[in-house]
Amino acid sequence: MSPILLAEQILNGLQSGVMLFLMAAGLTLIFGVMGLINLAHGSLYMVGAFAAAAVAGATGSFLLALIAALAAAAAAGAMVELLVIRRLYARDHLDQVLATFALILIFSEGTRWLFGSFPLYLDIPPWLAGTVMLPGGIEYAAYRLALIGAGLAVAAGLWWMNARTRLGIQIRAGENDREMIAALGVDISKLYTLVFAIGAALAGLAGALVGPIQSVQIGMGEPVLILAFVVIVIGGIGSVRGALVGGLLVGLTDTLGRLLLPELFKLVTDASGAATIGSAFASMAIYILMAGVLIWKPTGLFGARA
Amino acid sequence: MNREWLLNAALLAGLVVVPGWAVWADEPFTIMLATRAVIFALAAAGLNIALGLGGLVSLGHAVFFGIGGYAMGVLASHAQNYTPLYDGVFTIQGTKSMPVIWLAAAVTSGLAAWLIGVLSLRTSGAYFIMITLAFGQMAYFFAISWPAYGGEDGLSIYVRNGFPGLNTLDPIQFYGLCLAWLCLVLWGYARLRRSPFGLALDSARQVPDRVRAVGLDPRRLQLVALVLSGAVTGLAGALFADLNRFVSPSMLSWQMSGEIIVFVIIGGVARLFGPVAGAVFYVMMEHWLGGISDYWQIFLGLVLLAVVLFGRGGLIGMICGKGRPDA
Repeated sequence: MSPILLAEQILNGLQSGVMLFLMAAGLTLIFGVMGLINLAHGSLYMVGAFAAAAVAGATGSFLLALIAALAAAAAAGAMVELLVIRRLYARDHLDQVLATFALILIFSEGTRWLFGSFPLYLDIPPWLAGTVMLPGGIEYAAYRLALIGAGLAVAAGLWWMNARTRLGIQIRAGENDREMIAALGVDISKLYTLVFAIGAALAGLAGALVGPIQSVQIGMGEPVLILAFVVIVIGGIGSVRGALVGGLLVGLTDTLGRLLLPELFKLVTDASGAATIGSAFASMAIYILMAGVLIWKPTGLFGARA
Repeated sequence: MNREWLLNAALLAGLVVVPGWAVWADEPFTIMLATRAVIFALAAAGLNIALGLGGLVSLGHAVFFGIGGYAMGVLASHAQNYTPLYDGVFTIQGTKSMPVIWLAAAVTSGLAAWLIGVLSLRTSGAYFIMITLAFGQMAYFFAISWPAYGGEDGLSIYVRNGFPGLNTLDPIQFYGLCLAWLCLVLWGYARLRRSPFGLALDSARQVPDRVRAVGLDPRRLQLVALVLSGAVTGLAGALFADLNRFVSPSMLSWQMSGEIIVFVIIGGVARLFGPVAGAVFYVMMEHWLGGISDYWQIFLGLVLLAVVLFGRGGLIGMICGKGRPDA
């Protein structure tokens, strides 16, 4: 295995890691502030991807598609929060799980009704097509590099929002003591709707950004949602920093596991056997990572509460 | 002789009368639907031990359902191909005998529940939900990428497995076996709920600190509940695979986990017949709404939302007027 292949796979791992971060950040923010476990977050990812594919198909502009994805996911998130989610804050996790599971069914079948069962395709914009030459002679797809950049930029933006803006102060205060900030005159229900819409927009952005390298189809959100749960369990619920570290860990473990585990099994068994055993274990690698973190730190790397 | 008791008796009578009518009217499809509902009810009755008594919101019960299904698939496929399952120091042969398959399904899924429980019971609340969901996905992807037993395509069994003295190919006889298991498990659940273990488990759900104060370990109680729960759901998985004569990774998917938990909650959490009411209701919705519209799951979603938001305690709770039987 050449060092260039390894470097490419590390970049691929980073790319899927930052996309997972976008999903996990919204989930963890919503859990941290409202105490809500939202299974329908994957549906918002799907809404973003479908909105982007529809607008890109109609106008041909990728930037307009991204804006549409953000707007559609944020609007869907705000609407769902106003109609359903806000009735669930005072309920236990069981009710939240069932209600958001019901939302998944409604979103998935509703999208199938609107767009049909066939996957849509989203093209890479021409100005990001092709490859870039990185130092060390690594040729890497420009679009994937742009995804890494976009993800890190969102991470920096979230940090800035959390640490430097009035909204960030309210969010952090809401995480600690929601009665107190309500008593101080902050409109808590407006804050909740806003936080939910921000989380939804992040999920929609992730869906739209990943759209060109995967197909846009019904049910695309739930596997990503479950990976985002793994990220949150590793990083710690409620911690945006944990979501970033966890996302990168999961992304790297998954890609490198698929590359290295078959090689590793070649040392003990024949080539074809190593490929099947290796790929079977590679599909389990991130869950084994999660189990390891659970044994070591049950509340995650950066988590405070269970 | 309260309202819930009458409702339970009516449900049980329905499970006997409707298939009986179907035999008389020669409607094998109705018997198939009833068998499906009874097997789902059995899977959900398993989850009800962990969820209702133990308060453990497991979103990964498809793991046990699927392991039960694969226990049947693996044993029966070795028997139908005349290849040994394990041939080393000693030899294990495949089998087409239901009692052996049931035992294997319950033991393997109970072991899986123990393993998942040891890891995930280190946490609680939202973590537990996410972790059980994640382990479910792990089993799903493993089944897809492991080619020995069909991988993504699943595994077909040509002839339904046998039970001594019965012709299991006759739909009503197979239905009878499934119903017998359901009754046995519900009887066991009712006994368990009143046993010292059940009372301790119930207390561990409500006030873990007091349980600890009297010298019991809540986590151990919950682990035992999860193992029992997983074993029952695994048994249901073996029956489900036998009903379809087919097992595939979709039995392990997160949607399956979601459906099993939906059966329990629609029917009524911690109700003896909650899983039965939920599974029967679900199968009827699937059949009737599926006939009206291709997008029937939208309506299912709306019904679910209505049950959560406005009808606490599920169907049985709505009829009997209480959120939980013990509330």
